[in-house]
Amino acid sequence: MPVIELEGIQMDVDEDGFIQDPATWNEALAVAIAKTEDVEELTEDHWKVVSYLREYYQQFGIAPMIRKLCKETGYDLKTIYELFPSGPAKGACKIAGLPKPTGCV
Amino acid sequence: MPKFDETPIIKDPAVNGVLRAPGLREHASTDVRCHPSKPKDTAAIDLPAELVPDWKERALAKFGELLEQNQALRVYMDICVRCGACTDKCQFFLGTGDPQNFPVARAELLRRVYRRYFTPAGLFPDLGAASDLDEDLLRKWYTYFYQCSECRRCSVFCPYGIDTAEITIAAREIMASIGVSTKYVTEVVAKVYQTGNNLGIPPAAWKDNCEFLEEEVLEETGLPIRFPVDEAGADILLVPPSADNFANTDTMIGYGKLFHYLGLSWTTSTYCNEGGNFGLFLNFANLQKVNRRIIDAARMLGVKTIIWGECGHAWRAGILTPTLSGPMDMFDPPYPYHISQFIVDMLRKGAFDGRLDKSANDDYLVTYHDPCNSARAGQLIEEPRQIIRAVCNRFVEMPPNTIREKTFCCGAGNGLLTDEIMPIRMAGGKPRAMAVKHTKANYLATVCAICKAQLPESMHYWDVPVKVGGVIDLLANALKL
Repeated sequence: MPVIELEGIQMDVDEDGFIQDPATWNEALAVAIAKTEDVEELTEDHWKVVSYLREYYQQFGIAPMIRKLCKETGYDLKTIYELFPSGPAKGACKIAGLPKPTGCV
Repeated sequence: MPKFDETPIIKDPAVNGVLRAPGLREHASTDVRCHPSKPKDTAAIDLPAELVPDWKERALAKFGELLEQNQALRVYMDICVRCGACTDKCQFFLGTGDPQNFPVARAELLRRVYRRYFTPAGLFPDLGAASDLDEDLLRKWYTYFYQCSECRRCSVFCPYGIDTAEITIAAREIMASIGVSTKYVTEVVAKVYQTGNNLGIPPAAWKDNCEFLEEEVLEETGLPIRFPVDEAGADILLVPPSADNFANTDTMIGYGKLFHYLGLSWTTSTYCNEGGNFGLFLNFANLQKVNRRIIDAARMLGVKTIIWGECGHAWRAGILTPTLSGPMDMFDPPYPYHISQFIVDMLRKGAFDGRLDKSANDDYLVTYHDPCNSARAGQLIEEPRQIIRAVCNRFVEMPPNTIREKTFCCGAGNGLLTDEIMPIRMAGGKPRAMAVKHTKANYLATVCAICKAQLPESMHYWDVPVKVGGVIDLLANALKL
């Protein structure tokens, strides 16, 4: 199984670099994953999206509907793509430690 | 810059929206493969977790079983004369130039084994085109039968009428039986049994999404438009692709506005909030099991009819419902019933007379992408166009040999919408992208959630500035509620 290494701690990730166990996520890990997603620095805007994704996931066990993510964070989809170049379902979820949404998306 | 290896992709431009057959590039896409399945998923869907020790014997036994069950498969194995009519018809060949992606060459991977073990030619393998089933050939099966989207475009041009998709379906079924399957497809099927839908949206989240949409639409229209969940006794059960309640929300809102306008009682089901059927991409047992959930959900809620949403493979599996899950005569006819057929029936009855403002879509020059599954496998060719013409002033068709029954697959259908094979998706998406570019349309309408996920990526990659959306989205824009 692939691993990501952060300050000497190894973390299991899937083939696409998503961490296997969302409970092992922490902010330092998010910073490390962000670098693999072309996000050099996590700004306040990034954290707002990441925090919302985590809160929603903890309540519902799935990533939020994209329209709801936009509404609740106040960022339109274009802005989310500017913040997370690979998009809300891939880049943002990965940094927030959520499993990758799959299906017809 | 794309994050994937672009080597398999041919970049030559199209001429008048149509691609010419490329020069051959041996092995161009031979290293692009889907991630293999995970034991947690295969366990949930009754498949071996890894290659079984006696895989060769079991593969041949399964192949023999399929040949017995499916007379057509045996005919398709026997009658190909290798004329080559199919060679330049496949989007994955046109995009990669890899001759192993000739539909005939892909099918030969199975036919060689058929000749070796199921015909007298196998007694003299060196004389006929017969091969032993070995690990090298199995690797080619796994690679190239997952570079085929079972779209059947090649079959349209086959003078013998060979349904090449049936060959890929058989090969995938054999592989699944010996522990060779993909992570993407098996994970999705497992999620259906766990949560009721492909995306894995649990019931509480589905309800939350629907309440959120009610608030959104109330804000927009001032009307109490509902998105009902698990309402026993509703007249209609809608089985949308779950992606409509996650990503393609304009399509989901379209269903809500339509049923509100018509004053119909409808519901979705948290037992089965998915029309899509990934069993179709894997094996018959799961195809049947996933399909049966729709009928079970409809019976549990006591609805009068089931309407399938905008999803290509849902419809390909949906039209098989009476065969897969038994008679549907407990429901009101017609059945199976697609949302596009329903809308056209309402148009014919005059339900929208005087209530459609086409100018609401005047910002759009619309073109229509026929999903392979709804057009070629589901006979839905006229209906989406009738709807678009009724709700839009500006509609343009792509070149004739790229639409209707000759449509190109979006490039990611039938189990290929997964990121690790992005070079194949972008290569396979090229013929469609070139045809769209030729129209200069700025709205690409379609009735399939896989297409709606793939097309924005492929259009972006091929530099075609176009919004991708549903047909019902356009209807909802024009409808005076």
